[in-house]
Amino acid sequence: MKILVCVKQVPDTNEVKIDPVKGTLIRDGVPSILNPDDANALEAALQIKDQNKDVTVTVLTMGPPQASYMLRECLAMGADEAFLLSDRAFGGADTCATSTTIAAGIQKVGNVDVVFAGRQAIDGDTAQVGPQVAERLGIPVVTYVEEIELGDGKVTVHRQMEDGYEVIEVRTPCLLTCVKELNEPRYMSIGKIVDAYKKEIPVWNHMDVELDPKDCGLNASPTQVFRSFTPPAKGKGEMLSGSIDEMSAKLVDKLKEKHYL
Amino acid sequence: MFFTEQHELIRKLAREFAEKELTKELQEEVEESGIFPKEVLDKMAKAGFFGIKIPKELGGQGADARSYVLVMEEIARVSAVASLYVSSPNSLSGGPLLLSGTDEQKEKYLRPVVTGEKILAFGLTEPGAGSDAGGMTTTAVEDGDYYVLNGRKTFITMAPLSDFAVIYAKTDMSKGSKGITAFIVDMKQEGVSCGKAEDKMGLHGCATSDIILEQVRVHKSNVLGEINKGFINAMKTLDTGRMGVAAQSIGVAQACLDEAVKYAKERKQFGRRIGDFQAIGFMIADMATKLEAAKQLVYKTAYLMDTRQDASMNASMAKYYAAEVCNEIAAKAVQIHGGYGYISDYKIERLYRDCRVFTIYEGTSQVQQMVIAGKLLKK
Repeated sequence: MKILVCVKQVPDTNEVKIDPVKGTLIRDGVPSILNPDDANALEAALQIKDQNKDVTVTVLTMGPPQASYMLRECLAMGADEAFLLSDRAFGGADTCATSTTIAAGIQKVGNVDVVFAGRQAIDGDTAQVGPQVAERLGIPVVTYVEEIELGDGKVTVHRQMEDGYEVIEVRTPCLLTCVKELNEPRYMSIGKIVDAYKKEIPVWNHMDVELDPKDCGLNASPTQVFRSFTPPAKGKGEMLSGSIDEMSAKLVDKLKEKHYL
Repeated sequence: MFFTEQHELIRKLAREFAEKELTKELQEEVEESGIFPKEVLDKMAKAGFFGIKIPKELGGQGADARSYVLVMEEIARVSAVASLYVSSPNSLSGGPLLLSGTDEQKEKYLRPVVTGEKILAFGLTEPGAGSDAGGMTTTAVEDGDYYVLNGRKTFITMAPLSDFAVIYAKTDMSKGSKGITAFIVDMKQEGVSCGKAEDKMGLHGCATSDIILEQVRVHKSNVLGEINKGFINAMKTLDTGRMGVAAQSIGVAQACLDEAVKYAKERKQFGRRIGDFQAIGFMIADMATKLEAAKQLVYKTAYLMDTRQDASMNASMAKYYAAEVCNEIAAKAVQIHGGYGYISDYKIERLYRDCRVFTIYEGTSQVQQMVIAGKLLKK
């Protein structure tokens, strides 16, 4: 059985600052990370692999050449193989064009039973690419998956709702988008990092995945951004727990630490 | 300059692990109870921290000295005591076996140590033989297929927690350091006992005690390396050990600098941030500069080891300089904190206590100076 996980390298939004005048992200010097929801998707795939020896896990991304660093991270967590879709022709893609390219990549990998994707990426927050890929591949999609059970030719999942969950059975091949409540992503290990750098990561351009440049990247992106802006910042609160006495003692400590008392 | 992308990924792993697992709450608990939780050690083992540069065929991770330094630095930056658990299997415990062990010995003792199932102690120091390790008085007398060991080892890291120990003993009293042999001793064996755990100034959460040997019979299959060649084994092990302490030092020094900078920006006196006073600003500039110099020295030592060049003098330089500078940086960081730096609620108080031993264990600063001077003045 083959599981493919779609991953994305994103700027670490904890470190990103927003230009107050232009309303755009200041990306200079901001570290790039594996998108958090995608890490949960990968963990879900790896847990299935832990339990079934015949499962292989493939990771796929579209991005600049330096995205291979994130793919190595995925290999070091336990993925078997990784592919990078990278081409000038793919640049400037919105979700519509991205999904075309990703779907072509998945077809090139071939024989995939389940595609996992994170719910959404922290840089765009659209949550569109996963479902769009499923549409282009003509396979069913279940979004917001928080629990997975694998069956023969089918998957049973819990789909997160605001006030509960739905239980959905879906036939394979299918695409599932995962939420962070699904699991806690594992750490890499040093030995697996060493192995990850011994593996080859194939890089595919538009010709490799048989796409016409007019169907990818900026050329195929109908989305236009009119304005980006920062919503007014709300101070992050800290919740204290325990008995009233413990909480007041903690509060006094905090105020002393900050020299308010 | 010394690192590849692979090393950076290893640093990332160690940093993420340290920041997520070695929480403030956990450290307070360890400080109070003196016990480091097994669950965290198991997670460290799973991440591969106990066998970083041990070959994969021996259960290790197959990485290199630079990877070891990076993990030590990042773990020590968050918790010095946690880094002791990393250093032990990678250097002092694993080292003697890796250098001189037979295939059977490696399989039986090294593998469980680097996978985190067992703990092995390194027994060199004695009450009367510290810097002068060659002056030890523990004896090993041949008796048929066995050697009979008698003596006392002191300040042995993790002795009360250990399953095995490498014990250095005199097999020839007339030959000084050339009459020392290394033995693998089972800590549960008859005649082996531990003293009470020492009440240390810092590094709480990793027990240190004496190991007492009374008529301990060790089979010849547990002789490690050649007879009378134990001292060379110990000294070679200490090269890696020294680099490990140097890496611990730069990790703790970084934590001290981070705390000092944070506090200097936060604390206000005379109507402005104390960091805006030149006296404090210059102190911080000095701390950062010396730390950077120490880092380069440590990284270079690891690089020399990885490229199979002689790293012995560099290891001593790195250990000497990094440990001294770490203590200086910690002292200045306490000074910047003023009265609060003397209170245990503040992280800097623990850092100051934890790093004090860095200029002492695994060869004092003065022993390192002897090594460096000896190499330079030899010819």
